[in-house]
Amino acid sequence: MSVHVGEAASALPFPEAAKKLVANSQLRRNVRHATNVIRTKRGRVIAEMDDWEQLRDSGKAIKDHTLAHLDEYLLQFEAACTKAGGQVHWARDADEANRIIVDLVKRYGSDEVIKVKTMTSDETRLNVALEAAGITPFETDLADLIVQLGEDKPSHIVVPALHRNRMEIRELFMKKMGLDSLGYQPEDIAAAARNYLRERFLRVKVGISGANYLIAETGSVVVVESEGNGRMCLTLPDVLISIVGVEKVIPRFEDLEVFLQLLPRSATGERMNPYNSIWTGVTPGDGPQAFHIVLLDNGRTKVLADPESRETLDCIRCGACLNACPVYRQTGGHAYGSVYAGPIGAILTPQLQSMEHSQTLPYASSLCGACYEVCPVKINIPEILIHLRTKVVDSGHAPLAERLAMKGAAFAMSKASRLSLAHAFARLGQWPFNDDGKLDNLPGLLAGWTEFRDLDAIPSQSFREWWSKR
Amino acid sequence: MVVQAMSAREAVLASIRAAQGGPADQSIPRLYSASVDLSPAEVVEQFADRLHDYNATVHHATVAAIPATIAAILATRQKTGLLIPSGLPPEWLPVGYTFRRDEGLSYADLDASQGVLTACDVAIALTGTIVIAHSPAQGRRALTLVPDYHLCVVRLSQLVATVPEGMRRMAALLPAPLTTISGPSATSDIEMIRVKGVHGPRTLEVILVE
Ligand code: SF4
Repeated sequence: MSVHVGEAASALPFPEAAKKLVANSQLRRNVRHATNVIRTKRGRVIAEMDDWEQLRDSGKAIKDHTLAHLDEYLLQFEAACTKAGGQVHWARDADEANRIIVDLVKRYGSDEVIKVKTMTSDETRLNVALEAAGITPFETDLADLIVQLGEDKPSHIVVPALHRNRMEIRELFMKKMGLDSLGYQPEDIAAAARNYLRERFLRVKVGISGANYLIAETGSVVVVESEGNGRMCLTLPDVLISIVGVEKVIPRFEDLEVFLQLLPRSATGERMNPYNSIWTGVTPGDGPQAFHIVLLDNGRTKVLADPESRETLDCIRCGACLNACPVYRQTGGHAYGSVYAGPIGAILTPQLQSMEHSQTLPYASSLCGACYEVCPVKINIPEILIHLRTKVVDSGHAPLAERLAMKGAAFAMSKASRLSLAHAFARLGQWPFNDDGKLDNLPGLLAGWTEFRDLDAIPSQSFREWWSKR
Repeated sequence: MVVQAMSAREAVLASIRAAQGGPADQSIPRLYSASVDLSPAEVVEQFADRLHDYNATVHHATVAAIPATIAAILATRQKTGLLIPSGLPPEWLPVGYTFRRDEGLSYADLDASQGVLTACDVAIALTGTIVIAHSPAQGRRALTLVPDYHLCVVRLSQLVATVPEGMRRMAALLPAPLTTISGPSATSDIEMIRVKGVHGPRTLEVILVE
């Protein structure tokens, strides 16, 4: 079995990648702007929910409960989906999943597919496998289209092209779509994408999607989206293939009422995203008449096996921890060398993939706790980061990780960042870890990251506060 | 292929079983609000408000006034007719306009149309959401997706206040495919500026019927 997570294996260690990116001020401005906008909107729509904390508690409990019974719920889903006319496949790793999908596309005689944003297929590098088999994948999410046409990489799990501004996108579209002219407004650019994809939506016979939730009780699959490209891919083709991580199952239909409240408010700061599609197997006379779903492990059961960090699998990919993270806001997503960026990427990638390649990621944080504070399913990311650092130390990689982290400390230090560094040390001075032999030099490692902090981003709740409350 | 698929299935399940274990399962708290303290009039007002927020246009009408309201909207939008699902109540349709039933129309037909008129199954005020279960009065999924304009009739009996209330009604509609629609399609992928209308209908208009 070989687990790979996008191109994380060949990526630069975080500090080296970050150093390059931090020097790119246009990129930093783009990332800063986008994350500020989402943070403001998120804050507004969460403040109006009196029961937000109760929803978070339920979301967390549903996810933890599911993980404790994951085999049962997957089997229940498989039975219900099969009964409704779906065909369920299982894949141990990325290559196996890609093989199943390539075989299916060929079996249905298509040499092209339309795709709705699926991080999981980015993780398995499905597009590379499809292209190698002579199958053309068309990404249809506007941001994914920007990434695909630009031969770029996604940098955010919800807004994958947030590192690009409109001028860059406009130029790219004109070049790749062969347009002589194109307006400067976002409306003009979106309209160009609509025209470019319209004919493909109506023509291509195989659609590929991920899923946000699988419902064990009913065998239903849920896709949450905004643009309608998801509905196009899920509805118009003759054949639909969904690739979904095993952790995406939830027990009951009623559980969805929790996540359909948590996700849009956390992800985009909307009360509800424009479209949710919920389908159960095959419906005669409506939508694809063949439905296949590939349930993917690719390292997830390895994460499940560690009780200290299995809650990583609770993640609903809302991206709130990225937007809140002072390190992410400085470096952007590419520094993480993985399709999963930001705090969730810093804990997920090294667990899915061997620690060797991504050992520096658990250090890509100042442990300020902002990610934990915003996470709709209360994943204790700082605690998992510390746990993974211990693992890095245990695996004998610490010297390299430390060296790299310290290199990171050589980044340009402004007066403001020196101030925040001092601020950070004031907090870190009271750490519960100083007497832990293995972690003696942690504050030194952390120092490498503290200058990423923004003074304005220091969360209201300090590390110590959440630590004592945990 | 089948043998290999079975072995992957067994292998994944075996890894899951080997990985599980740990603290005993806790019960799931459900202390969030399933309902709110709003009068029916306030719920209607909130729904209309949310739709406005999403740039959807809202009209109010009595049952008897449905055809006249539809006629007025079509006149304003300079449309001569719309597509309709096979089960749409015929008494809603005003005379003088062409309504074409979706009986096996091609995607190209849907794409070339002036828009679609449907009913809905559930509506949720708190989030300004319309739920369509693709039953006869709503049509297959493509019908409310490919046309660029969607006019939707929502009856107040279909309107609930909260997402949990809406979900309970939706559960009763399974296994029909369900689509929830909260405003016209949109993207904020370019500099986080909300652009109304990408691939789904770019214009959503709602008639609220008492
Ligand atoms: S870890 Fe939490 S905040 Fe981060 S993407 Fe996942 S669910 Fe969202």
